[in-house]
Amino acid sequence: MDYTVKINGATRQVAAEPGTPLLWVIRDELRLTGTKFGCGVASCGACTVHLDGEPVRSCQTYIEDIEDAEITTIEAAADDPVGAAVQQAWGELDVVQCGYCQSGQIMSAIGLLRETPKPDSTQINDYMSGNVCRCATYQRIRAAVQRASEILEG
Amino acid sequence: MTTLSRRGFLQTAVASGAVLTLGFTPRGALAQAAQTQQLTPFLKVAGDGTVTAIVKHLEGGQGAATGLSTLIAEELNMQLTDIRFEMAPANAAVYNNLLFGPVQATGGSTAMANSFMQYRTAGAAAREMLIAAAAQQWSVAPESLALKEGIISGDGKSVSIGELVGDAAKMDVPAEPTLKDPSEWTQIGNPQRARRDSSDKINGQAMFSMDVHLDGMLVVAIKRTPRMGGVVISFDDSAAKDINGFDHAATLPNGAGVAVYARNTWAAFQARDALSVEWDFSKAEARGSDEILADLRMQLDGEPDYNVNNADQAAVAATIDGAATTLSQEFYFPLLAHSPMEPINATIEPLENGGVRYHDGAQGPTANQMVAAQILEISPEQVEVKSLYAGGFFGRRLNGGSDYLVELTMAYALTDRTRPVKLVWSREDDVTGGWYRPMALHRVRVGLDDAGKIIGWEHHVATPSIFKGSPFEEAMVRDGVDSSSIEGIADGPYTIPGMALMLSDAKKATTVNWWRSVGHSHTAYVMEVMMDLAAEASGIDPVEFRLNHLDQNSDDGSRAAQVLKLAAEKAGWAQQGDGRSLGVAVHKSFNTYIAEVCEISTPDDTIRIDKVTAAVDCGIAVNPDVIKAQVEGAIGWGMGHAMRGEITLDKGEIVQSNFPDYEPLRIADIGAIDVHIVPSALPPSGIGEPGTPPAAPALANAIARATGQRITELPMISSTDFYL
Ligand code: FES
Ligand code: FES
Repeated sequence: MDYTVKINGATRQVAAEPGTPLLWVIRDELRLTGTKFGCGVASCGACTVHLDGEPVRSCQTYIEDIEDAEITTIEAAADDPVGAAVQQAWGELDVVQCGYCQSGQIMSAIGLLRETPKPDSTQINDYMSGNVCRCATYQRIRAAVQRASEILEG
Repeated sequence: MTTLSRRGFLQTAVASGAVLTLGFTPRGALAQAAQTQQLTPFLKVAGDGTVTAIVKHLEGGQGAATGLSTLIAEELNMQLTDIRFEMAPANAAVYNNLLFGPVQATGGSTAMANSFMQYRTAGAAAREMLIAAAAQQWSVAPESLALKEGIISGDGKSVSIGELVGDAAKMDVPAEPTLKDPSEWTQIGNPQRARRDSSDKINGQAMFSMDVHLDGMLVVAIKRTPRMGGVVISFDDSAAKDINGFDHAATLPNGAGVAVYARNTWAAFQARDALSVEWDFSKAEARGSDEILADLRMQLDGEPDYNVNNADQAAVAATIDGAATTLSQEFYFPLLAHSPMEPINATIEPLENGGVRYHDGAQGPTANQMVAAQILEISPEQVEVKSLYAGGFFGRRLNGGSDYLVELTMAYALTDRTRPVKLVWSREDDVTGGWYRPMALHRVRVGLDDAGKIIGWEHHVATPSIFKGSPFEEAMVRDGVDSSSIEGIADGPYTIPGMALMLSDAKKATTVNWWRSVGHSHTAYVMEVMMDLAAEASGIDPVEFRLNHLDQNSDDGSRAAQVLKLAAEKAGWAQQGDGRSLGVAVHKSFNTYIAEVCEISTPDDTIRIDKVTAAVDCGIAVNPDVIKAQVEGAIGWGMGHAMRGEITLDKGEIVQSNFPDYEPLRIADIGAIDVHIVPSALPPSGIGEPGTPPAAPALANAIARATGQRITELPMISSTDFYL
């Protein structure tokens, strides 16, 4: 099947079988590899992308269900002020270790800050609990979300 | 002509275009890259003045790229933030791990320990050669010139190092370049946050081996035997043929699985799921976890296989029997999977010269070369390894069987060898196909005198050997004893008179491997919970009790005491109560000393980890913030697995399959972590792993303090509720 996909401001055509998770369309067909495969069962958040600005797990989102939605991946996160602030904060605090989970962490954090511009640590914990970091960078993630919130406040 | 001078240093050098490259020849001598074919460098200076550090250890999050770059930047008097890095290619002769022998590998928290002198020497030599080139150009004494931030100046002139590269490469390589005095360091020990791999990992550009895509490649998923020792009899792929993108399937030559080839990852997974395989399980593991545990217990009931420290076991037993207080306790540790965030994968690609190139987060590039040489019948020199970022490894990407490299290479060998082949594991493959931290059962008896001094310690461990039967057996097994089974017990910092340490090798039910902190991952728990029990039985404060058993006149004892006191002070040890309960543990591993204090509270009768305070002595702290990050992560690793981590077997098959039932630590599980580094002038020691061993016992000791419950069977979740 051929699908039209709106991603990071571009419109692309892809051939994929119905039932293919968006994750694999993004990675294997569109070759945007910043979005990661971690579990395939919506349990780790490594595959988080935005669909019309809302974080979703792309491993559990199917190509035939996307329809007209705008997809944003980590590669275009900086185009948005919240995304840019989150990335800046991540850099300032040297959050990353192996880095494999961090695209997903960042995409979730952007969703959190859009919903709750000044989250406390409980709100951060609640919102980010679907994003696993096997390197356990959690305390820096908490601090970086708060730092991003400060950056956005100006 | 190359001439070897005293001490074997190469004195002549040849320019290699406009790039000055510096490294060591196989004999350890400094030389120019262009001079000897097999030489590949530790650093490059390009014509535009760019300096690139060549990183010989895998970057899997532990900060090797930043650490090794720091050493080069320091000696070249430049900012860490101005240096670039590249991963080294496979060449064991040049990039061997000095602590492992003739192998290029990352592990045992050795990256910094083994590179500290090597990379500084390379940087210092480059500095001296660049200065010598300028001195020659200007006909002045080199001593009158200085290099800073890529500019050589003096005598009223200045020049960029980029312009000098050609000349510098013709300079003699200094036999013994002068390293900067530690008092002049600006980068080593600098608390800046300047990870060299940070921005790539924030903007989605970092290339992990999972991200490799080569034209025409086949993606392979493997249906593996669900029980160790199972062998494929036959398979039926008729249902797989309905999957669009499925190419074909083939049984691996070793019979351990069926390779399913497809056009992309999703098709490979789908087709693999659609495959049905008939297995011969006649030689396969059939036990369940309870039976394996019963077997371990039977071994502890019987005579030990090894008297590890040649103790007079009868005398130790008699001392304990006659002690004022006797404690006796059994401890159980389950199998644990590494489950790095990036599921296992690697790609192999044919080269025009008949060789192959791996694209791999390679923990041991030498293993890639050996595997390819054996399976493809080519020479190791025909094997290139392109090292990419690893999405965590924790020990998983290197093991005695080179599991995924063997699979990938066999799967490739079964094709016509004209197309690249990429092997991808799913998370289910990872959880069920692990090279796990082995199960272990410990039985300990401790005798205390009236004054609360330990007078006897009897300790018997039953666990399968990691190293026996592996290529590393010779290095790691002495008189039958696999040191990784018992490390951290008799060789710790405590002065314990009358210790009898015994070991019995258990039969493996699964493949097993080193897992972040290896044997220390269980031995530290036993040591530190027993110390706490002994303190309690003696009515002595747990910190004081430990200090009483650390000989402050010994190097080991004083370093352990120092971190213990520092962690206790920073954690507010003296002010327990008010709903805060503190537990402590101190341990030495990989020559690093770490004490941790875990603070918990008990909302709704559950356990909540509010804070962990750590004090670290790892010698010279090259990158203090990377050290802090490693300790933060290692604490999360240790506590998370102790809380919930458990892999079990049912009739030889792994029960768990993915994160929902091998539940990792999550953000809400753990509060703040506060890491303090002890200043030191000693050479750097390990930091990727040593934060893990004290973490779980510090938590266990805090729980005991809060609830009176002593957890001696892991995971803790089987007897304790954690706050959610
Ligand atoms: S890969 Fe989608 S949540 Fe884990
Ligand atoms: S940084 Fe490694 S998994 Fe999060």
